[in-house]
Amino acid sequence: MEKGFFKSKGMIWGLIGLIILFVLPGVLPRFYIYLTSIILLTGLLATSLNLVLGYGGIFQFHHAVFYGVGAYATALMIIKSGLTPWLGFIVGPLVSSLLSLIMGIICIRLSKLYFGMLQISLGSLVWIIVYRWYSFTGGDDGIHGVPIPDIISSPTSAYYFTLIITLLCFIVMYKIIKSPFGSALQGIRDNPVRSEMIGINVKRHQLLALVIAGFFAGIAGSLFVVVDNTVFPDMLFWTLSLEILIMCLLGGWFSFLGPMLGAAIIIVLRTFISTFTSYWTLVLGILMMFVIFFLPNGVLGYIEEKLKKG
Amino acid sequence: MDFIGAIFSPKLLSQIFVGLSRTTILFTVSSGMTLILGVLRIPNVAHGSLYMIGAFTAYTTSMVFGGGNLGFWMSLIIAPLVVALVSLISERGLFQFLYEREHLMLLLLTFAFSLVFGDLVKIIWGAEYKSVPVPPAFQGYVYLMGGLPFPLYNFFLLLVGPLVAVGLWLFVNKTKIGKIARAAAVDREMVGAVGINVSWVFASVFVIGCLLAGLGGALVAPTVSVTLGMDHTLIMETFLIVIMGGLGNIWGALLGALIFGLAQSLGILIWPQFGIVFPYAAVIVVLLLRPTGLLKSTW
Repeated sequence: MEKGFFKSKGMIWGLIGLIILFVLPGVLPRFYIYLTSIILLTGLLATSLNLVLGYGGIFQFHHAVFYGVGAYATALMIIKSGLTPWLGFIVGPLVSSLLSLIMGIICIRLSKLYFGMLQISLGSLVWIIVYRWYSFTGGDDGIHGVPIPDIISSPTSAYYFTLIITLLCFIVMYKIIKSPFGSALQGIRDNPVRSEMIGINVKRHQLLALVIAGFFAGIAGSLFVVVDNTVFPDMLFWTLSLEILIMCLLGGWFSFLGPMLGAAIIIVLRTFISTFTSYWTLVLGILMMFVIFFLPNGVLGYIEEKLKKG
Repeated sequence: MDFIGAIFSPKLLSQIFVGLSRTTILFTVSSGMTLILGVLRIPNVAHGSLYMIGAFTAYTTSMVFGGGNLGFWMSLIIAPLVVALVSLISERGLFQFLYEREHLMLLLLTFAFSLVFGDLVKIIWGAEYKSVPVPPAFQGYVYLMGGLPFPLYNFFLLLVGPLVAVGLWLFVNKTKIGKIARAAAVDREMVGAVGINVSWVFASVFVIGCLLAGLGGALVAPTVSVTLGMDHTLIMETFLIVIMGGLGNIWGALLGALIFGLAQSLGILIWPQFGIVFPYAAVIVVLLLRPTGLLKSTW
């Protein structure tokens, strides 16, 4: 429907956005390059959640666990294995998707809210293990100063690395959504019973979607290691998961780029509000209440609505 | 004989009692959550924050009344009432407009509340640890079989658990509002159609559920250090207990709390560093065998 209208205009805006993103390191100070990298990889994380949440209708309440596990797997692989660091970037996402598969198999038999509540609890179990296993994960200190290959270790090159990987992931995710598999997934979201009737294996589709989402979340985690060189247990704490959910909601979860926009808004707000007050979470909570009441389709959903009317 | 001696060792016995007194706290909080889930269908993430507010209010109350027995009993009354008031305001102010929306929105709204409450607690009470004195009446130890010392306050908790359970049972089964609430859990439109003001029934169930969280906070206050972040671990445990017992089933919450409390206290005995993993493992086993919980869910 809105696709025909958006396609040509959207392409132009997309191109302009890309050019801005590519020349950004030339004009911005170092801190803002770092911030933009964080926005990009958090946006990737939020979009991977939206793959199962917005398009799949699965209540994945604790998505951050795959982000954190991806980051930990990457960091541990680099530090402990002694093999080439690049291997870590492959292992991280793979471990995440494996974990996603295991958790998916346990949870998938349950219906919506049960699924979400069990998933958030299992995720907390993973958090506890990471938090307590001092000898392996560093406990609540996390791991600092993970050695990164020289080519991508400076802030600018880390930024470009993040940008390119994020772009590639976005293209792949977009293709997945537009593929027959993506259509089947959205069909399941809208009417699981009917989808089952026409011969779609509902559980298997949902499980595959979970694994894919876990994989991309793992990539986001690996990128965090590149940008920040650290991992810490808060990366897989459940409050972060709910923050990602807010990003999806704020940006709009029926639009592909909504979660990215939501991530950008939240991170920019957090950075600037934190300089004025230490009560950022209070502001976030109030902001969320406003969004839930007045912008149930998110910022992007609101804009699309206005455009359609106007 | 050595084997049997090892099983019934005093250490094991005392861990069982520790687990049972923990069960009381867990049950008090999760019964409130399961009540709200069963009737209103809200997965209340703010429940843990209300528990925290209960604990902090108990601290202030016992300080105001001088930390003695009077302070303790007053805190058991005032803390739940303060929490009930807070929840009444949030229910009437915001939640009641969202009952028709998706669970996800309700969950996120409760999360927004937990963020706001967390910072409000920080503003009001500050970020330092607070400790609530054990009331003089419950200081000291009782001696269990074999002369094993067991803190008197934990013994008191063991007695409170059944009291809460019976009180809640009476409320749900014997009072008019409890009966209406049970009916509304099954078919809220029909309850509205026979001329009952469902909105206020929902409000009272919400408030009572939250009151239980506050009571849990007041009860736990003398045994732990009251601190920011005490809501974070508890809310996950509550979630697990509620799922394990069957959403909305109060006896399920009791059973879940029992399994959880015992698995935790005995797990520490088996593997000190990862004792906390055992209750989670117990939940996974239960849910693999019975995906919708041990007892019948109201959903």
